[in-house]
Amino acid sequence: MADTTMTAPNAANSAKAGSGTLLSVENLEAWYGESHILHGINFNVAAGEVVTLLGRNGAGKTTTLKSIMGIIGKRTGSIRFDNHDISHASSDKIARLGVAFCPEERGIFASLDVRENLMLPPTVRSGGLSLEQIFTLFPNLKERLSSQGTKLSGGEQQMLAIARILRTGARFLMLDEPTEGLAPVIIQQIGHTIARLKSEGFTILLVEQNFRFASTVADRFYIVEHGKIIDGFANSELQANMEKLHTYLGV
Amino acid sequence: MSISLPALSAQLLVGLINGSFYALLSLGLAVIFGMLNIINFAHGAVYMMGAFCAYFLLNIFGIGYWPALIIAPIVVGIFGMVMERTMLKWLTGLDHLYGLLLTFGLALIIQGIFQNYFGSSGLPYAIPSELQGGMNLGFMFLPIYRGWVIVCSLVVCIATWYAIERTRLGAYLRAATENPTLVRAFGINVPRMITLTYGLGVGLAALAGVLSAPINQVRPLMGADLIIVVFAVVVIGGMGSIMGSIITGFSLGIIEGLTKYFYPEASNTVVFVFMVLVLLVKPAGLTGRAT
Repeated sequence: MADTTMTAPNAANSAKAGSGTLLSVENLEAWYGESHILHGINFNVAAGEVVTLLGRNGAGKTTTLKSIMGIIGKRTGSIRFDNHDISHASSDKIARLGVAFCPEERGIFASLDVRENLMLPPTVRSGGLSLEQIFTLFPNLKERLSSQGTKLSGGEQQMLAIARILRTGARFLMLDEPTEGLAPVIIQQIGHTIARLKSEGFTILLVEQNFRFASTVADRFYIVEHGKIIDGFANSELQANMEKLHTYLGV
Repeated sequence: MSISLPALSAQLLVGLINGSFYALLSLGLAVIFGMLNIINFAHGAVYMMGAFCAYFLLNIFGIGYWPALIIAPIVVGIFGMVMERTMLKWLTGLDHLYGLLLTFGLALIIQGIFQNYFGSSGLPYAIPSELQGGMNLGFMFLPIYRGWVIVCSLVVCIATWYAIERTRLGAYLRAATENPTLVRAFGINVPRMITLTYGLGVGLAALAGVLSAPINQVRPLMGADLIIVVFAVVVIGGMGSIMGSIITGFSLGIIEGLTKYFYPEASNTVVFVFMVLVLLVKPAGLTGRAT
């Protein structure tokens, strides 16, 4: 990966909030139609942290991200972001506060070319990455700018999906299984990208099935099971918790 | 059989005029269907309202054709946006059938109200003085107003296509057509965009209504007669394709015109014969993406 410096005009903000909590989720419950998915989720993320939600398929990790983003229609409990109550806000308002979401299915638009996909999310804050910085992180994208978005390979689509939310100035990123189905070399590149973003002061909430990958990038882990957070520990406590973790994840 | 050039050109011209209206109307339908997932049966009624709006502007306020060309689409477009906010909005996520029934009902109500006050006969609307008369092209006589309608429709259609396919705002529209939830999660006010899109589609229909007023007179059922053919055009072109609906609109107008010359008995049915053939061979329409 080429070495560029990303400017972080919001660094002062992040530093100020650095000790404090950026996101706090209390007693979050959520429903898809009639099915009750989340049964009281409690966790928080401090500014500048990389936090990973781990758990089996269907545990409620994605629903947690979608609830924070305001996409799940029926939700109760309290979600606070950057001192705003976003428990009942619409997703466009939440996005405008600087929350960015990269969905599991990547959400690349077929009727838009790569450039249009990249430029689609509007700027919500100053201090987003410039196109030049994005092309340094993801050189592949530059060569494919006029391709149809969905003609890209899976790895390139994932890069595009991450790249487009870096442009907007949002400093809190929610990435849903960014490594799913990708080749090891691409996973590595995404790992480097997350490390670089963290060093630039971005706060990242990650959902992962790939525990090995998560352990290389995350500061802290939460375990989600049956719509609840049942455990949590820091990366430094990882070795001590290995056995428990295997039980939780069934690996 | 010998071909009479003036007669053939005259029918081609009629075909192009009809094609202009088909294109403007099916373009609006395509935009609305893409974004709202609603088959807008009220399209003929708002086309008629565009013509009536021009008529009222002239006869009540003394406002002539040129300002009406701008004002009527805006006024009727706003009416459409109110309709979207108060009624269509509640159908989000339901089957197409609900939107079709609601807009069909609205069309009947709107047409019924106008029929109650204005009967079924046409009200005259004069061709603006600047566009009266005609030009002798050698092989045919071209009434200037008809030439204007074709050029104006073409320009508006291409401008709309450009705005949707080549601009940033159009990219929002295309993206929201695919995945409104995600577009909203990027910070874009999608519900407002949906309302404006409906307003745009309705405005295009109203513009077609104003353009048609001096040619076809202003009648409460002018839209009801036209909309059936326009729906056939949309089916042939493929629902939701912008360029497809423009090209199909003009082409079918021309085909109709040619049929009127070569085999007049079939001129009223040729579009529907095409529709059946296309449905059998390529159900998604000529330019539609199969789902």
